[in-house]
Amino acid sequence: MTVKLKVESVFKLFNDTRKEGMALLRDGATKDEIFRSTGVTVGINDVSFEVNEGEIFVIMGLSGSGKSTLVRTLNGLIRPSSGKIFIAGEDVASCDMKRLRAIRRREITMVFQHFALFPHKTVVENVAYGLKVKGVGPTERRKAAIEALAKVGLDAYADSFPGQLSGGMQQRVGLARGLATDPAILLMDEPFGALDPLIRREMQDELIALQKELKKTIVFITHDLNEALLLGNRIAIMKDGAFVQVGTAQDIVSNPADDYVRAFVADIDRSRVFTASDIAQDADHIPLKESVLGALVVMDKAGVDVAHVVDQDGVLAGMVTREALTAVKPNTPVVEVMEPDAPSVTSEAYINEMYATAQNGVLMAVTDSDGKLVGSVEPTAIFGHLTPDTETATEAEEDDGKEDAGPPSDETETEPANIVDAQKEKSL
Amino acid sequence: MSPSDLLVIPFDGWVNAFVRGFLVPNFRPFFRAVQVPVNEVLQAFDGFFAWVPMLVVTLVFAFVAWRVVGRTMAIITVVGFVFIDMIQLWPETMTTLAMILTSVLFCTLIGIPAGILVAGSNMAWKVVRPILDIMQTVPSFVYLVPIVMLFGVGMAPGIIATIIFALPPIIRMTNLGIRNVREDLIEASEAFGATRTQTLIEVQLPLAMRTIMAGLNQTLMLAMSMVVIAALIGAGGLGLIVNTGLGRLNVGQATAGGVGIVILAIVLDRITQGLAEPGSGSKKPLLGSFKSLFRSQDIEAAAPDKAV
Ligand SMILES: Nc1ncnc2c1ncn2[C@@H]1O[C@H](COP(=O)(O)OP(=O)(O)OP(=O)(O)O)[C@@H](O)[C@H]1O
Ligand SMILES: [Mg+2]
Repeated sequence: MTVKLKVESVFKLFNDTRKEGMALLRDGATKDEIFRSTGVTVGINDVSFEVNEGEIFVIMGLSGSGKSTLVRTLNGLIRPSSGKIFIAGEDVASCDMKRLRAIRRREITMVFQHFALFPHKTVVENVAYGLKVKGVGPTERRKAAIEALAKVGLDAYADSFPGQLSGGMQQRVGLARGLATDPAILLMDEPFGALDPLIRREMQDELIALQKELKKTIVFITHDLNEALLLGNRIAIMKDGAFVQVGTAQDIVSNPADDYVRAFVADIDRSRVFTASDIAQDADHIPLKESVLGALVVMDKAGVDVAHVVDQDGVLAGMVTREALTAVKPNTPVVEVMEPDAPSVTSEAYINEMYATAQNGVLMAVTDSDGKLVGSVEPTAIFGHLTPDTETATEAEEDDGKEDAGPPSDETETEPANIVDAQKEKSL
Repeated sequence: MSPSDLLVIPFDGWVNAFVRGFLVPNFRPFFRAVQVPVNEVLQAFDGFFAWVPMLVVTLVFAFVAWRVVGRTMAIITVVGFVFIDMIQLWPETMTTLAMILTSVLFCTLIGIPAGILVAGSNMAWKVVRPILDIMQTVPSFVYLVPIVMLFGVGMAPGIIATIIFALPPIIRMTNLGIRNVREDLIEASEAFGATRTQTLIEVQLPLAMRTIMAGLNQTLMLAMSMVVIAALIGAGGLGLIVNTGLGRLNVGQATAGGVGIVILAIVLDRITQGLAEPGSGSKKPLLGSFKSLFRSQDIEAAAPDKAV
């Protein structure tokens, strides 16, 4: 995996003409203290990170935490006070305007919160802007712009003006404009922040779909943790100009680094964070050729009443219940007793995609992309993952461990309480 | 008892000494040279409008008024111009028009770049702004004094006075228009690798165009009023008619000249206002209206320019 963007201890202080803010910051003063004593605003405070090719790196934080400032240093719209930013071997933080322009034309583009479409240019002219600035000829750039518009499904609106389109459509144009020059890196500063919730969902799904095909390196800014968790391969949580935690969605939700992160995580939609593989237990699998007797031995050993049956490749074939097994002769082959349509989910399925399957009320099989059985999930167990742990992070970890290790009967006992908790949480 | 009993400052003497003893002998060639382009352009315009038949001028103005403002304005233009011709002031009106166009042309050539410059630099704006303030507070009449001293009397000095008098609005409005372009649009332009010039031409100027046109309208109106006053220092046209009419207590002649000025002023004002506010009459975009002058009706009705 190649690193496309590398940021090394970047600082940005506004109004720090006398460098006193920098000195205070080194002495460990907070953003507030520095502003009160000197009037210097800390925009970015010692941020370092790398973004890999094809990754969506989400930066999330509250208003004023420095997200826009940070993303603008990445394409040189704001020059940092100190630090290095490497894109395509060039240090964007220090190179001259000519090189910076070359990088902007080739490597990195931006999608803006309020779309920032040029109102006096048609949609296709907007999309072609990056190419025009580069000196690409009119026919060629129109062709490329229409292709980019087609990717977002708006090629039919090429000759409309942005003002004639809805917000969602305008941002699609913004996205097409960002894609038209085929840059390696796409910066998105709260691109869906100005859209209403339904359109935002639609755009998020569309971005995910588009990213599957395009595999751009994306730095995505948002103040919505649900959005961050949905889109981000990795997420950085920003506060007062500094990163407080960087990690995957699951990392951040299950192990918040401090109270700031915990407060964010408290009211997120966990069903869109955890996947089946996150909550699956080891499955007890019975080979297809086994006899009923053998199957019962396996189930007794594991202390379960339901088990999955797999073929010789480990692919899920069906499931058997103790009830069904005890009703027939012990030497009957399992194949004859098993139910071939075992409820199953793929390991990448988010919890919220498992509800329908869980409604069957029976143990769900978790399979990988080849259909192989990798684990199982009790339908009731999924509720346990929908509530934040009120205990501290370490205790929560222990709890998780217990749950995984404990026998299923134990788990079902604790379930009702968790469900009540989950409902309380929702109603609050 | 008054301060002048204690001390008399020979201010007029100082100014005389400065102008006669320093400016005039040292900068005479400069002030001469400045008049050359002004004269050239004026003569070209004047010759042109003297050559084009009255009916053609009227039709062209009526057409532009129709496209830019609307039908009523086109009719007013025709009636007004015909009236001017009937009271036998057509040649003077065309001279005034030539003078105004010359002044406005120079104002545009100086004012728009100056406006762009001060829009790009807060320092420059801090310097230029008080100068513009002073230029706009000095009564038009007072302008004539230094002009006469430095440039002498005649047509060209009259126009130079007009240029200076009419310059502030176009600088101000260009500055304002460019500064008011949304910050994120400029960011967007830069983020795609545009140079400052590209951003200016592709984004800032087109978006500032309405405001600049409003400035042009104000400049034109100031030029109109000054060009009349400039008759005092030997500029011709309708101003001269009013002036001589007043001098000879010929109320009729002065009024006739005044009516001519008013008609011309209304026509020019409405047309330039129409340019500044597209949609007020013809509901056509600015460039579209210009382009439509050279196009047939149905092409104009089709979709906007398809070229990217
Ligand atoms: N040009 C500037 N001059 C001075 N201070 C600035 C400037 N730009 C930003 N700041 C300050 O830097 C801090 C970070 O601002 P920034 O716009 O990056 O926040 P943000 O995380 O993008 O917030 P939002 O979610 O509201 O967009 C804020 O305290 C802001 O006041
Ligand atoms: Mg922001």
